[in-house]
Amino acid sequence: MDLGILVTVLDSALRLSIPLLAACLAGLWSERSGVVDIGLEGKMLVAAFASAAGAYVFGSAWTGLLVGIAASVVIGLVHGFASISQRGNQIVSGVAINMLAAGLTAIVGNAWYGQGGRTPPLEGDQRFGGVLFGHSALVYVVLLAVPVTWFVLGHTRFGLRLRAVGENPAAVDTAGISVTGLRYTAVIIAGVLCGLAGAYLSVGQAAGFLPNMTAGRGFIALAALIFAKWRAWPALGACFLFGLLDASANQLQGLSLPGIGEVPVQAIQALPYLMTVILLAGVIGKAIPPRAAGVPYVKER
Amino acid sequence: MTVTKFGLALAGLAFSATAAFAQQPAFKPAVVYDLGGKFDKSFNEGVHTGAEKFKKDAGVEYRDFEPQNDAQREQALRRFARDGFSPIVAVGFSQETALKKVAEEFPKTQFAIIDAVVEKPNVQSIVFKEHEGSFLVGLLAAQASKTGKVGFVGGMDIPLIRKFACGYVQGVKHAKKDAEVFQNMTGTTGAAWNDPVKGGELAKGQIDRGADVIYHAAGGTGVGVLRAAADAGKLGIGVDSNQNGMHPGKVLTSMVKRVDVATYNVFDQAKKGTFKAGLQVLGLKEDGVAWALDDHNKSLITPAMKAAVDKAAADIKSGAIKVHDYMSDSKCPM
Repeated sequence: MDLGILVTVLDSALRLSIPLLAACLAGLWSERSGVVDIGLEGKMLVAAFASAAGAYVFGSAWTGLLVGIAASVVIGLVHGFASISQRGNQIVSGVAINMLAAGLTAIVGNAWYGQGGRTPPLEGDQRFGGVLFGHSALVYVVLLAVPVTWFVLGHTRFGLRLRAVGENPAAVDTAGISVTGLRYTAVIIAGVLCGLAGAYLSVGQAAGFLPNMTAGRGFIALAALIFAKWRAWPALGACFLFGLLDASANQLQGLSLPGIGEVPVQAIQALPYLMTVILLAGVIGKAIPPRAAGVPYVKER
Repeated sequence: MTVTKFGLALAGLAFSATAAFAQQPAFKPAVVYDLGGKFDKSFNEGVHTGAEKFKKDAGVEYRDFEPQNDAQREQALRRFARDGFSPIVAVGFSQETALKKVAEEFPKTQFAIIDAVVEKPNVQSIVFKEHEGSFLVGLLAAQASKTGKVGFVGGMDIPLIRKFACGYVQGVKHAKKDAEVFQNMTGTTGAAWNDPVKGGELAKGQIDRGADVIYHAAGGTGVGVLRAAADAGKLGIGVDSNQNGMHPGKVLTSMVKRVDVATYNVFDQAKKGTFKAGLQVLGLKEDGVAWALDDHNKSLITPAMKAAVDKAAADIKSGAIKVHDYMSDSKCPM
C-alpha cells in the first residue's frame, strides 16, 4: 500500500470516527455518573435532524449545531427524568428514546418538508466546511473533548464527585453532595456531546438529514465505550480503530489477495464487527463498568 | 415492446387466464415503494413522478405505501389487494417473493413489478436493460475524464447493481481501453440504499485515488456520492431519475431508467382495460433506458462526445455492439 492510499484511509478513518467518538464520550460521562445510556443512537438522530432543520431555517451551520445540541439535551433530560427522578429502568428508557427518535424525526420531517422525512439539501454556509487539513471545525471540537473529559473527570473535584456517584452514590450523599444534581449534570453533558455527533453527521459529513441516518453508530459507540473501559483516551483509540476498520473496508473492496482471489465484499464489511467481538472477547481483558451504573439511587432505605 | 421467448410463453399463460379477468376489477391504482422511499431523488421517485403524472392526466387518485422494513412489503401488498386496489405496482426486486405469494391469493387483482420477474397470470413484470444505458454513460465518463480513472458506487451488492457496474465498465473500456475503473458497493443490506455519509466517503476515496467522474447506482446513498463529487470539483453521474439538476454543471449526465413511463403505462393500461400480464424488457430500443441531456449539463457534453454516444446507441439498437448482461451468467468479461 503506497503512501497516498494510506493518507486517504487515515483521512477517511478520522472522518468516520468523529461521530463515534462524540457519542462514546457522551456515554462515558453518563455512565460514569451511574446512568446507563442506551439512547445514544436516538439522541444522535434527533440532533442530526434538529441541526439540519436549524441550519436550513437559519442559514448557518453554527446555529444548526446549537439547535441540534438543544434538542439532544432535551431528550437527555427526558431520559434523566425517567431514570434519575422517577428511578425507572434506564435500559427501557433508553430503548424508548431510540424508538421515539426514529419515528419522530421521520414524521416531523415529512410534515415540515414533505420529502419523505428528509430535510432539504444544505448549501454553502448551511454546512460546515473544511477549516484545517480539509476537516471541519467540529472535528477539532470533538477531538478537544477528549483531553477535556480526561482532565475534568480525572483531575478536578467535580470529576471526582461525578465518578464517585457512579461507584457509590450513598457515600457521596453522606458527604452532603446532591446525587441527583450530579447525575443530571452528567446527562446534560452527554446530551451536548450527542448533539455534536448528530450535527456532524447531518451538517458536517452529509448535507441534510435522512431518516435513520445514524445507521447504528450509537451502538458501535457503546461497544467502543466498553472496549475503552469507560476511559477518555482509550475511547479515542477505540473509536479511531472502528473508524479505521470502516475506512479500510471501503478501500479493500474489490482487492485481490494472493492465493485467495477477490475477497467478497460481505467478508470485508463484516470485519469491523468481527474485530469488535474478538477484541471484546479476548484481547482487552475484563471490562468493569462503574459499580452503580444502571442502579437508580434511592435516598432512604 | 420486446417480448422474449420466455415472455411469449408467459403471454400464452396470461391468455389462458384471461377468463379470470372476464370481470374487470375496479380501477383503484396503488403503489408499494421500495425501502429507499418515494423521495429518494432516484429510482422510487421516478415511480412517484409517473404516478403523479397519471393522477394529473386522468384525475384518478392513487394510494401508496413506503415500507420501513422487509416484513411490511407483503402486508402492504395484501392490504391493498384486500381493499380492492388494482392495479398494484410493486417497486423493486426485493418485493419478488412477497408479490409471488400475494398475487396467488388475489388472482383477480392486477399486479405489476418493476425490476423483477414474477411468473403469475395476473402479474406484469417490467425489467430494464440497465447495462445498455450504463454502457452509454460509461462511454461519456471515459471521454470526460482527464485522469483516465473513473469510479462507480453501487448501493446494495446484488446482481442487479453488478449489472449496472458491468455495463458501465464495458462502456468506459469501449471509449478508452486503458482506463481504470474503481468499483465500490455501499453494503449488503437494505440500509445501503439510504446511507449518503457512506456514499460520500466511498466517492471521496475514489477521488483520492484519481477518479474524476463517478457514476452511482445507489438510490438515496447516491445523493452523498453526487455531493462529494461536486464538492471536490469532479463530475458525478446520476441514475434512474434525471439528476442533472441536483448540482448543475457538476453532474455529467444521468442514466435514466423510465420507471415513470412504466408506472404510467401500467395505470393507463389498467384503466383502458388493456393490461396484460407477462414480461416486458425495456432497453434502449424501447426508450426504457437513456442518457439525460438538458440545460444543466449541455456545456459538459462536447459535440464529439455526443456524436460518439449517439453512434454507440445506434450500434446497440442495431446489434452491432453487444453489451454483456451480468445477470445472464453472473460474470463480467471486463
